[in-house]
Amino acid sequence: MKKYIALLLMVMVFAVCLLTGCGGGDTLTLNVYNWGEYISDGSEGSFDTIKEFELWYEETYGTPVKVNYTTFASNEDMYSKLSSGAVSYDVVIPSDYMIARMAAEDMLLPLNFENIPNYEYIDEDFKSLYYDKEGKYTVPYAYGIIGVIYNANEVDAQDTGSWELLWNEKYKDKILQFNNSRDAFGMAMYKKGLDVNSEDPAVWDAAYEELLAQRPLVYSLVMDEIYNMMESGEAAIGAYYAGDYFTMKDAQAENVDLKFYYPERTNFYVDAMCIPTCCENKELAEIFINFMLEKEPAIANAEYTYYASPNRLVYEDEAYIEEMGEEAMNVLYQHAGNFAAQYEQNAYHNLKPETLDYINTLWETLKIN
Amino acid sequence: MKWSSKLYTTLIFIFLFAPIVILLVFSFNEAKSLSVFSGFSFRWYEELFSDEATLESLKNSLILALSATVISTVMGTVAALGIYRLRKKWYRALLNTVTNIPMINPDIITGISMMLLFVFVGRMFSASTSLNFWTMLIAHVTFCLPYVIFQVLPKLNQMDGDLMEAAQDLGCTPFRAFFKVTLPEILPGIITGAIMAFTLSLDDFVISYFTSGNDFQTLPIRIYGMTKKTVTPKMYALATIIFFVTLALLLLNNLVDNDDSRKLREKKKKSKAELLEE
Repeated sequence: MKKYIALLLMVMVFAVCLLTGCGGGDTLTLNVYNWGEYISDGSEGSFDTIKEFELWYEETYGTPVKVNYTTFASNEDMYSKLSSGAVSYDVVIPSDYMIARMAAEDMLLPLNFENIPNYEYIDEDFKSLYYDKEGKYTVPYAYGIIGVIYNANEVDAQDTGSWELLWNEKYKDKILQFNNSRDAFGMAMYKKGLDVNSEDPAVWDAAYEELLAQRPLVYSLVMDEIYNMMESGEAAIGAYYAGDYFTMKDAQAENVDLKFYYPERTNFYVDAMCIPTCCENKELAEIFINFMLEKEPAIANAEYTYYASPNRLVYEDEAYIEEMGEEAMNVLYQHAGNFAAQYEQNAYHNLKPETLDYINTLWETLKIN
Repeated sequence: MKWSSKLYTTLIFIFLFAPIVILLVFSFNEAKSLSVFSGFSFRWYEELFSDEATLESLKNSLILALSATVISTVMGTVAALGIYRLRKKWYRALLNTVTNIPMINPDIITGISMMLLFVFVGRMFSASTSLNFWTMLIAHVTFCLPYVIFQVLPKLNQMDGDLMEAAQDLGCTPFRAFFKVTLPEILPGIITGAIMAFTLSLDDFVISYFTSGNDFQTLPIRIYGMTKKTVTPKMYALATIIFFVTLALLLLNNLVDNDDSRKLREKKKKSKAELLEE
């Protein structure tokens, strides 16, 4: 009987080894940590970025590589996983303010741009933004702008054009607001012309008053629920990222006609690839970043995410322009050429912990009201 | 049944199953929307089976759940046998309470403390990555274990304690007596425990989230990652499939249970009849 048990144990260990692939030998591994649904993954016949990289690398360098691609849902999730020291990643793709924080905390390695020749295709506008002034740590992946989405069948065209639409009493219970303190306060602050990176509590109080006035008109606080509510016509007005508007428009119901505009001031953000200090194979990580800037993967990713790309190979490509269509090109790339100036004025910076605490207290109070 | 209790039952069933029905219906939607139904199609099922990352995480979830089930079932059964044999009552009660801690403890606390432990041990060996498949497996076994013990222990208590001794009197080694007598008696409990362990492990997000490393992502973690953008109907298709698999497992479980209680009833009847005859 003991023999059987020993045999059973052996079989189990063997099966687990086989399935998890332990003892791979010469295979290199690359650990990539990115936002969910933020890379072209081969669905609907598109380009399978990770698989293509593995194939290309083995063909070019003769060594097999295994990419462990995992995803996170927010910058804060990513930060806590990385700073716990529990896991090592080679490439991460967070947003600007989180990059600034990680750089300040010495969590990033300077890149060796000799391994990233494709960096030349990145528009100059994106090369020395506040979060990485010297352009040492990051290679931008995608950028976006928050705008207002509305259902033209329910909203008069004359009411649109500014943030006022989200405070318009005519559309009581048709308005959606971000369920995220920074973006909700940001909206009120852009509307009032306040500084979104202020460390002065009085400024945040003023924004709070504004949100309090809006509160009775708001139908719901949403993040990704906005897709369903706008597509079905359940709500008529909401603010979200420009690229996602096209995803919603693709799926709108028959009696819904979604339209989009940028208010006078709004949030600009950039997500960029960088290498954290826990990286174990920096050269491989840089080769991966370089691969992401190649024409084919870069275009595939931009088409998949519907976000604007800072890569000239993408936005100057005729096939890409045609695929996206005129409206999408106009909306997504409206600020091309003077992005840096707009960005410096309007992007979120990382705030002091005391300020963040203060905002959260205001936010919780607001939600109870 | 009074009409009010009928209404109550109906309401409960509606609340339980309406979301699942909606999920099922929209998994066959033609468009990408989760709110507007534009036509019937198998598009998302096709999409699902060509999405390698999702299938990979499904495979990971299944490997993890199966390994955790096998290990926790074996360990749990052995532990239950040990607890059953204990003579001292207070010691038994103490052990029972301790084994139940992972069941009562909120997941988030189990998850964080597990992560801290693994990081601490990893640092001792100066590993760059201290979380991986094995840490997740340990965490899953930990929280599945009490459920197995919980299912096996009552079966042991139901069993006639003299049976084992009788078998040994008739020449069985203790080992053999266990496999010939005890195991068949407690098998329904073991199976129920294993099924519970499997579903709990497959379902778990919080503990997995804290103990997962960079090379092994389970399905719930992957779906959570999608919430920044939008969860596609692909996931509805997958959830529909998983729902039916789980339903099949539960039905199986109930069949085993019913069979078991029927046998028990027959046995009682028989012994009663024998007693009456005497």
